[in-house]
Amino acid sequence: MQKFFEFISQLDRRIIFIFVALAIILPLIFPLNIKFTVTEPVRGFYDAIEKVPNGSKVLFACDFEPGSLPELYPMTYAALEQMLKKDLKIIALSLWPAGPPLAEKALTDMAQNEFKKTYGVDYVNLGFKEGREVVMVSMGSSIPNTFPQDYRGTKVSQIPIMQGVNNFKDVKLIVNISAGYPGTKEWVQQVQARYNIGLVSGCTAVSAPEYYPYYQSKQLLGLLGGMKGAAEYEILVNRIGLGRRGMDAQSMAHVIIFLFIVLGNLAYLSLKKKGT
Amino acid sequence: MRKEVPLIITFLAGTFFIADYFIPHTGFSNIAAMVNGWAIIVIAASYILGVLNILRINYGRVAKREKDWILKLILVVCMFFMLGAGIFGGITEGTLFDWFFVNTFTPMQATMFALLAFFIASAAFRAFRVRTVQAALLAITAVLVMIGRVPIGESIWKDFPSFTEWIMNVPQLAGKRAILIGAALGAIATGLKVITGLERTYMGQD
Repeated sequence: MQKFFEFISQLDRRIIFIFVALAIILPLIFPLNIKFTVTEPVRGFYDAIEKVPNGSKVLFACDFEPGSLPELYPMTYAALEQMLKKDLKIIALSLWPAGPPLAEKALTDMAQNEFKKTYGVDYVNLGFKEGREVVMVSMGSSIPNTFPQDYRGTKVSQIPIMQGVNNFKDVKLIVNISAGYPGTKEWVQQVQARYNIGLVSGCTAVSAPEYYPYYQSKQLLGLLGGMKGAAEYEILVNRIGLGRRGMDAQSMAHVIIFLFIVLGNLAYLSLKKKGT
Repeated sequence: MRKEVPLIITFLAGTFFIADYFIPHTGFSNIAAMVNGWAIIVIAASYILGVLNILRINYGRVAKREKDWILKLILVVCMFFMLGAGIFGGITEGTLFDWFFVNTFTPMQATMFALLAFFIASAAFRAFRVRTVQAALLAITAVLVMIGRVPIGESIWKDFPSFTEWIMNVPQLAGKRAILIGAALGAIATGLKVITGLERTYMGQD
């Protein structure tokens, strides 16, 4: 036993890497279909969109880059599905430079290909504008002035969905998918608090704890934290997407990390007791 | 005057935007919108400085054939290639820029992020040692949240997700809120010091 603990205490990290890789790959090939229920913040996200009257305009802020794609794309697609089922008119934008092509792809896949919606009439991608919080505040004065053209180069004044949209008063809800700064925190501080507009957030798991105070104070009406949040949300939207498919792999990866933490501590305490 | 002019500009800009937050007057908001437009232009112009800075740093190293000069050359060539592809070919779906974005940038960045899973696993194995009571509390809480926030936690104990939510909503939230309020008060104090000219480090002085 002593030798085993000594081996564990000096474990080569490449062995850990192999176990983590297996824990992720195997459940993706052989799904376990572990059941799970929906938590309150996720239900809040779903309910907030459900309460928006059908056909209303919503702002869809895709503040992420490819690095967060595996975690945030499942909730992006699920949110689009719920909004499109309700025939909501989607005004997408991004405050991250690499965000617009990702939003464009998701919109093309869902709005154009799956729901047969028309670009410019049912949805639009305004693209990226540098300026972070300044852009948010500027949109409070005038969205068309802040984004004079959409991602495809069409003047906003010529886009049907943008008719009658001047500032935040003209949209019913902001749906933010956020990978960090600028993102949910800034939307709360600069827009929700100032213009008193409904805001829901889907974010990476690592940033979710930071947004819980805003959820509890009702500044955020709902919160999706990481892939687990996306998976729970997919249950509500009745969609089998990447979130639910990734849950088994994430479960197994967490179990492996848990086991290594326990083993590491057993080895540490055992060797400490023997004074090694 | 080299000191006074920036201080006056800072004071006027700072007080103006604070006033804009509290005064819902159209005329005032219109001026604020115009100034915000200037800010966006200034921030966008900083990208040009960024490009020039990349050139300045890398040109010398490539010219002197310093270590890894070939990588720096690739960086500069790729930067101009993507710049040209975007400016002359557009950036929408189906363009050359988009093809490179989807097929190179996206998988590379996703790969870098995915590697985190392995490094976090290795780091957790070494870092979560129960050397002290505080370390034990941290490790136990981390493990509970880690297991409770994935479906297998619910399979182990049906109330695990609720318990994890309680950890997030009560102890975690208390700490986080304290940090947020402290940081906000600090930001207000620093902002006021900058506006009133007590804090001048942004001018490159102590």
